[in-house]
Amino acid sequence: MIIKTTKSIPSSEITDPLVFKQRRQLIKAMVAMGLTGSGLYSDVLKASEDKAVLTPTAAEIVKNHTNYYEFTFNKTDATKLAQVLPTDPWSVEIIGEVEHPGIYHLEDLLSQQSIQEYIYRFRCVEAWSMVVPWMGFPLANLLKKVKPLSTAKFVQFTSVYDPDHMPNQKDKAMLEWPYVEGLRIDEAMHPLTLLATGMYGEKMPKQNGAPLRLVVPWKYGFKSIKAIVKIELVKKPALTTWSKSGPNEYGFYANVNPDVPHPRWSQNSERQLGGGFFTPRRKTELFNGYAEQVASLYSNMDLRHFF
Amino acid sequence: MNFSSKKTYLISLFLCLLPLLGIIIDLLFDNLGADPIQTLHIRLGDWSLRLLWLTLCITPLQTFTRQRGMADYRQMLGLYVFFYASLHVITYVWIDQGLDWGNIAIDVLQSSYIWLGLLAYIIIFLLAISSPKVAKKKLGKNWKKLHRYIYIGSIAVIIHYYWQLKGNMAEPLFYLITLSILLMFRVAVWFKNRKFNKMMIPTTKRIKVVTVKKLSEDQSTMVDSQKLVVEEDD
Repeated sequence: MIIKTTKSIPSSEITDPLVFKQRRQLIKAMVAMGLTGSGLYSDVLKASEDKAVLTPTAAEIVKNHTNYYEFTFNKTDATKLAQVLPTDPWSVEIIGEVEHPGIYHLEDLLSQQSIQEYIYRFRCVEAWSMVVPWMGFPLANLLKKVKPLSTAKFVQFTSVYDPDHMPNQKDKAMLEWPYVEGLRIDEAMHPLTLLATGMYGEKMPKQNGAPLRLVVPWKYGFKSIKAIVKIELVKKPALTTWSKSGPNEYGFYANVNPDVPHPRWSQNSERQLGGGFFTPRRKTELFNGYAEQVASLYSNMDLRHFF
Repeated sequence: MNFSSKKTYLISLFLCLLPLLGIIIDLLFDNLGADPIQTLHIRLGDWSLRLLWLTLCITPLQTFTRQRGMADYRQMLGLYVFFYASLHVITYVWIDQGLDWGNIAIDVLQSSYIWLGLLAYIIIFLLAISSPKVAKKKLGKNWKKLHRYIYIGSIAVIIHYYWQLKGNMAEPLFYLITLSILLMFRVAVWFKNRKFNKMMIPTTKRIKVVTVKKLSEDQSTMVDSQKLVVEEDD
């Protein structure tokens, strides 16, 4: 496990991951130039510029702007309220159409994985977005260990049900608890799909979904379920929490798509958090900018119908 | 409380500026949270809504307390509604959308909740510009008719509020209930007046003039005579 609870190196001495990546890009560019001439240089430089666009949002913003409806309907109070949630020890039940079902201790699951940093855009269905440096591993790597059967067509995730610590679960407020989400098996196996255990080089804050959350960067944020206790491989698509609550408003796929507005508001642009007062809105991209990687998953689908 | 005193009026005038002052302080101290533009936008909208509700309270309050001189307060509050609503709209167009009219057009077309906000703002705008005494005089009877559009405006506002929400329903429910009570008061008054009017007009049945043939006085010839007949219901 890479995640540390106590840090021995002051954060000021840790190279910013972005700087590190940019350096690496620059080295690659220099190598490319040396080997094949200047033709490749511009390509690599372009890639480097694209990477540079993904400057992580300030950690303070990401830690204090969460939709964690189990605790509260506003975005700031979960920072405090979520701290009471016991997350250690934690176990995850993996069941259904799978060769090795069982209840696994989180530590045991993590010991088999190498935790890395992934800097992704995060786009909320409410038309705001941020850039988060997640710490985690591809969900596919976990699924490969438990070996889904050929009958497993979908993956269903369930959040923790803990009404003693989650006020809105206790009050049975608004949504049906516990929170349930789902992915098609090919979406779940996609290398961009993560299980995250931390962010900004640190353990996942409780309000951001500790100890284990899903991250699907090309889908609206509500797909990225927090505090996962159950992963079920199933034959039929799960009825997810938000699509149960508003079937016309929140679909199963929930792919970020500027051309498919929410019934009540536009998805054409987004407010990227952390900017100044007169920073223009960002034009929302199809699949949140990950079309190159994921568009083929939906090649024969009408994205308006399967929203 | 003496509503006809100048002091009370000036205090109210000042109190309505406090929300703006609070917002400015939070703005200066960077206290608007992770999404300051949204917070600013929502807070201005919230205050516009609250003041509109207060404006709608004036007439029932006047009826129940039989206080005089409340119309000035209704006007003042109404103009504050326009003031906060205008800041709300300016925040959206100028700060949030950065005067990008192309994106604003798309946003408005695709966002049904904005249609209702826009409808409400157009009504509030018309009422604000027709607020001065000169306009009131010029419009005569039509002024009252025009200003009744605030009921449609307030319904548009509450739908505008509901349709942009994803989660929390407690606060909007409070506004929905209070608005229902305020509008029900108007309906009750309207019904009462309607009943009263009915009492004034004895019948709604039509009266027909029927010509009948009759023997003349001297009984020598038949003459036409006219008679009033109450028409029977179908």
